[in-house]
Amino acid sequence: MEKLKKFSPEKITSDLLPQKFGRRGVIWTIVLILICGIGAFAYIRQLKYGLVVTNMGDYVSWGIYISNFVFFVAISLVGSLITAIFRLADVPWRTPLTRISEMIAVSAITFASLIIIVDMGRPERLLNLFLHGRIQSPIMWDVVVISTYFCISLLLLYITLLPDIRIMINAKDKLGKPFAKFYRWLGGYWKGTEGQEKIRNRSITTLCIVIIPVAFCIHTVTSWLFATTYRPGWDSTNFGAYFVSGAFLVGAGGVVVAMYVFRWAYKLEHYITERHFDKMGKILVMLALLYLYFNVNEYLVPAFKMKKPEEEHLTMLFSGEYAPLFWFAIFIGMIIPILIVIFPKGRKPNAMFIAGVMVVIGAWFKRYLIVTPTLLHPFLPKYDAPAKFNHYFPSWEEWAIAMGSLAGVLLIITILARLFPVISIYKTITDHESELPS
Amino acid sequence: MKQDNSRRAFLAAGLLTTVAVACNSKKSPFNPEEEVAASGEKVKLLSVDGEIIEVDKAFLKPVPHMPSLSNAEIRKGIEGKKFVMVIDLSRCKNLKKCQSACNHAHHIEDAQNWIKVYPMQDSDLTAPYWQPTTCLHCDEPPCVKVCPVDATFKRQDGIVLIDSDRCIGCRFCMAACPYSTRVFNWGDPELPEEIASQPYNAETSMPQKKGTVSKCDFCADMTRMGMLPHCVSACPNGVFFFGDLNEDSVTNGPETFRFSDLVKDKSGYRLMEDLGTKPSVYYLPPVNRNFKFEEGLPKDEPAAKKS
Repeated sequence: MEKLKKFSPEKITSDLLPQKFGRRGVIWTIVLILICGIGAFAYIRQLKYGLVVTNMGDYVSWGIYISNFVFFVAISLVGSLITAIFRLADVPWRTPLTRISEMIAVSAITFASLIIIVDMGRPERLLNLFLHGRIQSPIMWDVVVISTYFCISLLLLYITLLPDIRIMINAKDKLGKPFAKFYRWLGGYWKGTEGQEKIRNRSITTLCIVIIPVAFCIHTVTSWLFATTYRPGWDSTNFGAYFVSGAFLVGAGGVVVAMYVFRWAYKLEHYITERHFDKMGKILVMLALLYLYFNVNEYLVPAFKMKKPEEEHLTMLFSGEYAPLFWFAIFIGMIIPILIVIFPKGRKPNAMFIAGVMVVIGAWFKRYLIVTPTLLHPFLPKYDAPAKFNHYFPSWEEWAIAMGSLAGVLLIITILARLFPVISIYKTITDHESELPS
Repeated sequence: MKQDNSRRAFLAAGLLTTVAVACNSKKSPFNPEEEVAASGEKVKLLSVDGEIIEVDKAFLKPVPHMPSLSNAEIRKGIEGKKFVMVIDLSRCKNLKKCQSACNHAHHIEDAQNWIKVYPMQDSDLTAPYWQPTTCLHCDEPPCVKVCPVDATFKRQDGIVLIDSDRCIGCRFCMAACPYSTRVFNWGDPELPEEIASQPYNAETSMPQKKGTVSKCDFCADMTRMGMLPHCVSACPNGVFFFGDLNEDSVTNGPETFRFSDLVKDKSGYRLMEDLGTKPSVYYLPPVNRNFKFEEGLPKDEPAAKKS
């Protein structure tokens, strides 16, 4: 930030304008498209033959699709954390992070809704949710809050983009004609007059206030899809807070990873500085400790009592079939990142990147562990069902679709980053001007 | 339904006048539009006026023995009834006739058993016993609570059914059911052509459809006809009793009991009462047994413990 003071607005603009993909960018995009394509092929097979192509069964009736859904909903919460909470708290260093987190939020919530359709046995009957919807069902609550969150996230991304769109229209020589045409269509009406600016500021504030309860809702309601059942491992009053805290953690981890990658790919060292990594590191430690706290609640209290149905579930997690994955998620997803990032040396960009990747991977497996092992422990014994129903490991189609959806999220982020500045130009310039001694 | 009504009205009003003509022409007396070749074989019928008339056999058509019901009527259920089942654990020796009769009647595959006979043992020192389970048709059904589209519903007669034409296949009901009674059609169900081509009927739960949930339906079609569910009549040991709570009687065919006396005298209980689901299926504890547990064991399978 200190160096930034010497930069002119022209320099900032040209630094932050969207750039053409280099060779690496092109390869990255093609790989993502390929992975999405494989996922789409697997989904076509699933449409044709039914969910029989998956390895789900009558016991594990929700598998990797649902855990992926929970993961997407979780990571999308970051939009509200960085944009809304930081804005309302007036955190001064948030500027280079807000756009990135909004992009993550929009793309993740898009794929959350898509993956839930993938999980349906009769996707062509989606409209029944509106024709015959029962508002008493937690699924309907999820439909309502997720679509609301999607709209708010999209609006927030769009409205904060408007001044940048104007800057990009003015820089049409640099960006090319088709792009300029697209930008004009998107926000040509924006002139940045005082009246417009007033409406824009007020809208952003309103959206930031509204998005926080909606964000809490999406993940609380998602946790209720599990917590409203009787199953050991899900039947917990801790679940809402447990999910929301986990969501903020994985979201912050995701932003750290994205910060690092964009900083490296777009040479943004002067904008996303070590100071930002340091600040995000402190937040990451706090969130990881918070999530660890809820994990202790979630596992230690039932483990102390060891009620019979809980006992089998917990034994399977602590020392049984799922123990390697369970301890991996606890250590890689929380404890090791905490140990890295709690020290100032660990809050340097490279170490932070590693911690962020660990948090995200740990979180993905954590969601898998929340969904699957519980279903392997019904109240009545597993009996007189096909032997393959007694275990669960996703089929290649499930892996392909799950990986395809993850690639899809990255692809949307990549496309958004190609079209729009990953750091708000307008906000950077105004921040910069207000810092200059007048 | 409409067709049946008009046919009956036609029979009542015009039978006598047309029969005389029809018997000698090729026109069917019931549907003059239709050309039917007379078979020459005559059948005696009783007219609405109490007279005996003769009609050519070829003019007679099979009429379904039950009028077809609309989805709305099926969803309502049978008025004034509250169906209830009692399962006497002291009589079960794991013959699984209930299961095979059920699978046969509903054209369900072996992998999807709606009825299961669990080997249960409540604790290490207590005796094992056989426990058949159906759908428990709870009065507070967790599955119905969570369904987002009202595809699974609770009727006034207590039966919980599934509308497979509406089910979106989200499987929330399967996660919600604590008794693991629901199964899913992961692929295309294997059905004979004549079953698969029928329109779906929630009372028979047929034909099963890909990507939807299914489960025991208390044989709602049989109960509508005043008959016993298939599992009840198939059991040679009289394990299952079925009846109407409002009449306070249950029967397994040969034996009939006053329901309230039966569950009182034999200390009836329901599965997982503490969950508050209020099942419609009661169990009588496995005391004074007719068979030893071991008699029910398949030769090669050791007793599985309750897990």
